Amino acid sequence: MAEWMTLDGNEAVARVAYKLSEVIAIYPITPSSAMGEWSDEWASASQLNLWGTVPRVVEMQSEAGAAGAVHGALQMGALTTTFTASQGLLLMIPNMYKIAGELTPAVFHVAARSLAAQGLSIFGDHSDVMATRATGWGLLSSVSVQEAHDFALITQAASLKARLPFIHFFDGFRTSHEVNKIQLLTEDDMRAVMDEDMVRAHRQRALSPERPTIRGTAQNPDVYFQARETVNPFYAACPDIVQAAMDTFASVTGRQYHLYDYEGAPDAERVIVIMGSGAETVHETVNYLTAQGERVGVLKVRLYRPFDVERFAAALPATVKAIAVLDRTKEPGSVGEPMYGDAITALHEAWQGVMPVIIGGRYGLSSKEFTPAHVKAVFDHLTQAKPKNHFTVGINDDVSHTSLDYDADFSIEGADVIRAVFYGLGADGTVGANKNSIKIIGENTDNHAQGYFVYDSKKSGSMTISHLRFGPNPIRAPYLISQANFTACHQENFLERYDMLAEAIPGSVFLLNTRSSVDTVWGDLPRSVQEQLIAKRLRLFIIDAHTVAKDSGMAGRINIVMQVCFFAISGVLPGDEAIKAIKKTIEKTYAKKGEAVIAMNLKAVDNTLENLFEVTVPQTVTSSIPMMLPVPAGAPAFVCDVLGTMIARRGDSLPVSAMPIDGVYPSGTTQYEKRNLAEEIPVWDPDICIQCGKCAMVCPHAVIRIKAYEPAALVGAPETFKSTPARDTEWQGLSYSIQVAPEDCTGCGICVDVCPAKNKSALNQKALMMNPQPPLREQERVNWEYFLTLPELDRNLIKPTSIRQQQVQQPLFEFSGACSGCGETPYIKLLTQLFGDHSVIANATGCSSIYGGNLPTTPYTYNAEGRGPAWANSLFEDNAEFGFGMRVALDKQAEEAREQVHRLAGDIGSELTELLLNTDQRDEAGIYTQRENVAALKLRLADINTPAALRLLSQADSLIKRDVWIVGGDGWAYDIGFGGLDHVLASGRNVNVLVLDTEVYSNTGGQMSKSTPRGAVAKFAAGGKRAGKKDLGLMAMTYGNVYVARVALGAKDEQTLRAFIEAEAYDGPSLIIAYSHCIAHGINMTTALRNHKAAVESGQWLLYRYNPERAERGENPLMLDSRPPKIPLKDYLHMENRFKMLELSAPETAATLFAEAQDDVNNRWAYYEYLANRPFNGGKPS
Amino acid sequence: MNLQTEYLGLKLRSPLVASASPLSEKIDNIKRLEDVGAGAVVLYSLFEEQLRREQLALHHHTTFGTESYAEALSYFPEPDEYHTGSRGYLDLIRKAKQSVDIPIIASLNGTTLGSWEKFAQQIQAAGADALELNLYSIPTDLDTHGWEVEQTDVDIVRTVCESLTIPVAVKLSPFFSNMANMAKRFKEAGAKGLVLFNRFYQPDIDLEALEVRPNVLLSTPQSLRLPLRWIAILYKRVEIDFAGTSGVHTGEDAAKLLLVGANVTMMASALLRNGIDHLRIVEHGLTDWMERHEYESVAQMRGALSQIHSESPAAFERAQYIKAIMNYPMG
Repeated sequence: MAEWMTLDGNEAVARVAYKLSEVIAIYPITPSSAMGEWSDEWASASQLNLWGTVPRVVEMQSEAGAAGAVHGALQMGALTTTFTASQGLLLMIPNMYKIAGELTPAVFHVAARSLAAQGLSIFGDHSDVMATRATGWGLLSSVSVQEAHDFALITQAASLKARLPFIHFFDGFRTSHEVNKIQLLTEDDMRAVMDEDMVRAHRQRALSPERPTIRGTAQNPDVYFQARETVNPFYAACPDIVQAAMDTFASVTGRQYHLYDYEGAPDAERVIVIMGSGAETVHETVNYLTAQGERVGVLKVRLYRPFDVERFAAALPATVKAIAVLDRTKEPGSVGEPMYGDAITALHEAWQGVMPVIIGGRYGLSSKEFTPAHVKAVFDHLTQAKPKNHFTVGINDDVSHTSLDYDADFSIEGADVIRAVFYGLGADGTVGANKNSIKIIGENTDNHAQGYFVYDSKKSGSMTISHLRFGPNPIRAPYLISQANFTACHQENFLERYDMLAEAIPGSVFLLNTRSSVDTVWGDLPRSVQEQLIAKRLRLFIIDAHTVAKDSGMAGRINIVMQVCFFAISGVLPGDEAIKAIKKTIEKTYAKKGEAVIAMNLKAVDNTLENLFEVTVPQTVTSSIPMMLPVPAGAPAFVCDVLGTMIARRGDSLPVSAMPIDGVYPSGTTQYEKRNLAEEIPVWDPDICIQCGKCAMVCPHAVIRIKAYEPAALVGAPETFKSTPARDTEWQGLSYSIQVAPEDCTGCGICVDVCPAKNKSALNQKALMMNPQPPLREQERVNWEYFLTLPELDRNLIKPTSIRQQQVQQPLFEFSGACSGCGETPYIKLLTQLFGDHSVIANATGCSSIYGGNLPTTPYTYNAEGRGPAWANSLFEDNAEFGFGMRVALDKQAEEAREQVHRLAGDIGSELTELLLNTDQRDEAGIYTQRENVAALKLRLADINTPAALRLLSQADSLIKRDVWIVGGDGWAYDIGFGGLDHVLASGRNVNVLVLDTEVYSNTGGQMSKSTPRGAVAKFAAGGKRAGKKDLGLMAMTYGNVYVARVALGAKDEQTLRAFIEAEAYDGPSLIIAYSHCIAHGINMTTALRNHKAAVESGQWLLYRYNPERAERGENPLMLDSRPPKIPLKDYLHMENRFKMLELSAPETAATLFAEAQDDVNNRWAYYEYLANRPFNGGKPS
Repeated sequence: MNLQTEYLGLKLRSPLVASASPLSEKIDNIKRLEDVGAGAVVLYSLFEEQLRREQLALHHHTTFGTESYAEALSYFPEPDEYHTGSRGYLDLIRKAKQSVDIPIIASLNGTTLGSWEKFAQQIQAAGADALELNLYSIPTDLDTHGWEVEQTDVDIVRTVCESLTIPVAVKLSPFFSNMANMAKRFKEAGAKGLVLFNRFYQPDIDLEALEVRPNVLLSTPQSLRLPLRWIAILYKRVEIDFAGTSGVHTGEDAAKLLLVGANVTMMASALLRNGIDHLRIVEHGLTDWMERHEYESVAQMRGALSQIHSESPAAFERAQYIKAIMNYPMG
């Protein structure tokens, strides 16, 4: 008996792929990472595949590596798979040609995703899959979670039989992350569909010294062509084989699929041809429209390659007069998108009768909503005599006028479906609770259930929106809910910012988590909320979930409380039954974590109902509370009109003309997005403060700023603005202020933790103390705005090597959307303070590219002169080369500009020429002078007005020193980008590489990299990492001419500062490896700098600087900045969940690995001590 | 030389017992303790509060920041199982029982009456030969009376003893108004032995960092005086077994405790400081003393200098303290 289960698309696919594989090569990439993670976890728990053995799951250094490993494993006859998406799939293409050319069965499961073009997007469309269509791989598309599960089996069976490799793809996020109730395949089902003879045949074709053969020959013009044509019969036979597999599958499971499935009126005149999840939307809309007598239909394309022309044509009703082929991709410059072209060709070749009108359209790029309203618009459009071809639907294209108009209010949602929308604060547990609710309903009732979750792009303080549907029939609605019976707002301050009730239908329920009481809540609601509550006759329920959660021991996690409220109000299950089911789920979910966790959650359940109240909605609007503006009035027009619209979550309404044409956006826009995340903010006590600057240095969000200024500047200061005389002896007579940006602070508290200044009479009182933000918000907002008007201190008066002085330098990286308490951002901020006004940054894809460049607002900013870091992200794998290219170009441009200056010396004048060519720019004063020289040059060139002068004018800025900083995480530097990084370091070019080493792939959720230390638990290393951490610094040192530093801000901030200054000053490649604590370490982020300290004191993280300039002076280039390990490694390991959880999940393994890790520490220390102390003579060891 | 003794109804080859300490976290150490002659091993304490904190911390860290950001919906893999709660401790008992022949005495510190009972039963089921209840708490509530604290402790002992078949010892603090009365009440509640005394880890001040630091101070031979007095006073007055712990560093220390009436003497600090092999030296010291003083067996020694057998019983009471101070040579 098949089991019903609620799960998401990734798990649904991985469950089958795992069972059918012997080797699984993985690499993380959104949105496919979870399939690899599941596989690793199952292998780690010794779960068996269909043949009773545990598949080997191996993580590679890149998708290119994974494809190579897959290719190799296939050559050995192993059933092999991988999971990927987007750029990852592109990296596999070279191997894909080989695998197909060699007629090798294999399946890649792809959560189809957009490709990076004008910008990166993690969301779903078919751009990646479409880029592979020339590789010779079969392409099979599934439209839903159930189909993705089923097709994972069908593709593997068909691939083996056809001897052709297949991509099985489904829509990223929309299917990969949708939770739905599906019927699970059993092992018997799988055995019935898989042909063992084919498995054996595959193995028989393997390379073997027992029967040696040669593959991968180099072929010449005489035969390559003919050899390429040998495969034709296999492609010709393939569609029949796939259909046969589908038929066998149907005989086993009862679920019948066809290569091209037509649904709709048998006599349809208008048909949409479509692949992927959008087909479900069209299917449901067709059902709705045909019920109303419309002659419409949908052709779902499942087998896209090899394209079966005959079956495709035969699947269409003979009555069809107009066809719209919808592609979820864009191929600029083409005749039309790929499937449109294929459809025309197919019908041209195989259509019997009068050729229908065929038009092509684009929809749904980057998970853009595709709704029944859009489908209706397309069908309506097909009624026109001359329909617009190459149209778009779902956007407003006011530039090329491709878009179709549609009625946004058109809806086909049935009355039998309960639709609930929940607005939660990221990480408050809302999404998890909703996933649980779906399970409870899906697995305790006959109802079907669907959940889809929309996440924010910020890593801290983000909003999540859960869309849940429940109903008696299977739910095929892969689009967001626009008509909700139940709306819940889990964070009351959302009410002022977003229209929470837009989806609420008349008479529906609104549940609000609020600290207000039944008596006061009405008065606390914004006016527009009151208006909608009355106009839509909504029922209002309130609960103070934060207090209930806190009283139950779960401060900050309101998931269970809100879940109980949902069940209590919605009546999806009878009251007692629902509570029982919730409790049962809690016990099941948390059984392995222990009784304390279960007890805490059960307590929350019991405490909830008595705190849930219905509020009688008055009939009169009384509130004068307005909705907040998304950005402050007075912000630049682009910020107000475009970015502000995105911030208000109305970005879908922006027309094409609003968007920059080439992906170029203005700097310094986070200053306009006031997120007010912090419940508490630091408050400065000038009397206690010792003005050390540490608070500003460690602040991950650049919200604590310091200024030293002439006291006279204080004129007009707000009453509460704090100022005190500067203590630094070199700044005598100056005033000094520390100011917090109250609306930008995330409340992480790191500044308070690091503050060393304490009240002598009450040592728990520091110079910085956290205080509730709301009462301080307005006062400190005014103070902050005033602070910004104070002049920056002349940089010539700042000694950059002294933290207390250096920290008055203006950060040119501020208010990023990084995690609260992020360990990476302080380093980037330091970089911008020191060198930001003359730096170009190449940023590898990862956390730093997301908080550095994710819309709507971006944190790199500019100073009063308008100068600041120029930043770009290319890809994940190529960042070193990307920065290297920048360096080469800058050097060439500078060289050419100097040549031009030489040539035009007569016109420019000898004195200025001399200055332009010989100004020493090694320090800031020199750069400042050169800027003046260049300004003078430009003035003179403007008068000369010759072609040569004009050419020099366009290159004059190249005469000013430019730093190139190459920034990225360890996933880039140690793994995917290592080859490039190595090459760039070896080049000798003057680039500065900053590796933000979190020891995992943080951005994709903590997968193991080669930087992950031994014994750490990470995704892809669920059983603890067996190998030691790669020593990237030591490798770089072997070149001899690379400056290398390892730093840890929380352990020795002065050393960090010195390393940055030395690295920049070194005229050659430099590499800084920065210990970056991370949410993926499982630590207290507030006290994270203590982990830096422990990492260094235990010897786990050595601090050093390797400066080739010292070798030139005859000194040992390596300076160990660490002292010998003074605490046992275990003391550090026990501070972090990534290690601690190994002790709890696999104690014996932990004991072994921790002991080995201590050996690592001892050996490493001994080796580095030797290197640092060995005698040096003239740059050579003596 | 007969070192045999009886404690909690268990026959031990020697009165030298390893008391609860981190040494017993490893099976290898337990085996070595048997090899060097320990009469029994008391396992480190299972602290329910610690288990609770560990579970909640694990839960917090594995859920913190999850389901918020689309690319990283979680940050840790989800293992099939965790060895949280008492499982690791119970496994240790089972393995210890399989590995050595000497008695294994478990040690427990609970938080609620129900949890004391539940964990005690788990420990018994895992095969422990006896259970030591570690009554470790520091009442600080201004409104809690001393008698309430006493009654809570007695209730715990009674509840646990009634629910077990293995013998139970009580490791208690010296800070009761009347230790003798408490000893009697514990005995009446079902305890078979008293372990005198628990050492509380007192915090220290770091004068450089100006911070309070937890600081484990190992015992010194001076610590012996407190258990020495009370075992002497209680011997034969309360019919219960006594384990002397704190300050046992040499064979002579052990001899003193046995002479005042201890059934066994327990060691942790000396073994932590000097290594497990130090137990042999202590045993040698004890037998050497016994030989020199012509004692043939521990049984013969036991209680010989207790209050009731002492020539100067008052020496164990307060007057002795005043006299000692008055006679202290002033510099």
